[in-house]
Amino acid sequence: MSTQTPGARQEIRWRKIFGSTTVHVILILFLLLALVPFITIVLTSFKDSQQIMKGAFRLPETWHFDNYIKAWAQGRFSYFFRSSVIVVIPVVTVSTFFAILTGYAFGRMQFRFKRVIFFLFLLGIMVPLILPQIGMSIAFGTFWMYGAFAEVPRDLEDAAIVDGCNSWQVLWRVLVPIVLPAILAMMVLFFVWTWNDFLMALVLVSSEELRTLPLGLAFFQGRYTTNVPLTAAGATIVALPVIVMYILFQRHFIRGVTSGAVQG
Amino acid sequence: MSTSTAAPPRRGRPGRRRWTPFLYILPGFAIYAVFVLWPIVDTLRYSFFAWDGFTAPVFNGVQNYVDLLQDPLFHIALRNSLVFILFYSILPIVLGLILTMLLVRRRIFGLVVFRAGLFVPYILSMVVVGVVWRWIYNPSFGPLNQLLRAVGLDLLARPWLGDFTWALPAVGFVGMWVQYGFCMVLFIAGAQRIDETLYVAAKIDGAGETQQLWNITLPGLRGEISVALVTTLIAALRVFDLIFVTTRGGPGNQTTVVAMLIYDNAFVLNRAGYAAAIAVVLTLIILAISYAVLAVRMRYMSQED
Repeated sequence: MSTQTPGARQEIRWRKIFGSTTVHVILILFLLLALVPFITIVLTSFKDSQQIMKGAFRLPETWHFDNYIKAWAQGRFSYFFRSSVIVVIPVVTVSTFFAILTGYAFGRMQFRFKRVIFFLFLLGIMVPLILPQIGMSIAFGTFWMYGAFAEVPRDLEDAAIVDGCNSWQVLWRVLVPIVLPAILAMMVLFFVWTWNDFLMALVLVSSEELRTLPLGLAFFQGRYTTNVPLTAAGATIVALPVIVMYILFQRHFIRGVTSGAVQG
Repeated sequence: MSTSTAAPPRRGRPGRRRWTPFLYILPGFAIYAVFVLWPIVDTLRYSFFAWDGFTAPVFNGVQNYVDLLQDPLFHIALRNSLVFILFYSILPIVLGLILTMLLVRRRIFGLVVFRAGLFVPYILSMVVVGVVWRWIYNPSFGPLNQLLRAVGLDLLARPWLGDFTWALPAVGFVGMWVQYGFCMVLFIAGAQRIDETLYVAAKIDGAGETQQLWNITLPGLRGEISVALVTTLIAALRVFDLIFVTTRGGPGNQTTVVAMLIYDNAFVLNRAGYAAAIAVVLTLIILAISYAVLAVRMRYMSQED
């Protein structure tokens, strides 16, 4: 590798002197841009109404944990939380199960009207209508699992068939264990989407008790426009489960979103 | 396995019975059909009716579509949606590409932290994003105006979301904030998949690092760029919740977008038939754009082969 042109060598030197620090500074700036807005909201959630006037980036002088208690009880976030959990669990489990089945058929089998049915699933992802998350999730999950199953080598399946497995056993005993990371990533995606979903709840839910967290927060913000710390506490409550999920499954999640998008 | 791949054994392979695949598809498809396909068909149907959402719909042919073409509000919303494409799609992709170029093929300390952190805005609920940015843009005590006043730029401090000139860019910036991390993460993943031998070969041929980025990395990301284009374009045209929680289309109609118009007509103004027609037109626009991007991508791919 000693046959580098002078130009290339000069460029490497340039990158060594100028590049590394600059790149890190630029990255840190963008990292701050991404994180600081939400961090200031978390800080604000611990302040009182006087403190927020003194500077958004300051730490709270006294930490007001009672904002959370107020939001949880008086702000009815306890109800919203329960509604969200009640919605999320069936949506994630049901759509995961059926997406595995449809993805299996598309990824490993040949049949008539395959392209037509595939296109019908694609339509649901593009339409700008307010549609139930479960339907959208199954559509997306079909593409997702199709991509995951299509990558598994044929030999494994053939070996299982020689051993006398039927298609159902091949799916659950051979294929599912192999594509488990993809399934996990898909479930995290379903969780985040359903948890964050606001539109469907906005259109469907009329009674206050049944509001999900994002919907409850939206109305809460409208009612308490002047009480910023309380709204900030509410926003933190809504975001926290997703952030925890994200930290736990960060790798799966990022790889999921990117590879899923590329396949889709 | 000694079985030749040219003639796979048909006996025993899953799906050998003609109806087996359909058994796997049926339950998922049934749910999908009830919750997605049926509403789509319904929307298409009602777009040809005058309907308030409650009383019996009255067929009125293409009248909704004729009205739509002449509706000045639709033109405003369409224009705003196009501006949104800039913030939601073009800028995040350009920014994501620049950041990826800086990152790629270099040792970055804490790359995992950067990647994970830059992605955070993308996972937050739009309602949370709305709360965060309404607070940042708040005219009297928002951090942005606080910051401007602290550095003596009092002149620039303004009620960002209530300003006729600045509301749309201010909301657009939030959209960019949500999307750029996603684009960057997508591109980094793509760049890591590029065959290392291409770079080695380029080096032997005497190509500098900038040339390598330009001639190997960028073309190598073609697939990811088209994917980012399609997904962010669809997101840009569908954007509703961000507007709903920040400005509700105001001030005036400065931030009204097409999806906002659908919602207002369907659930506020009780013009469900008209709302359906807008939804159909927006769907056609989305399909056309997606098709165009994918068609261009296909042409490039077939040229390469």
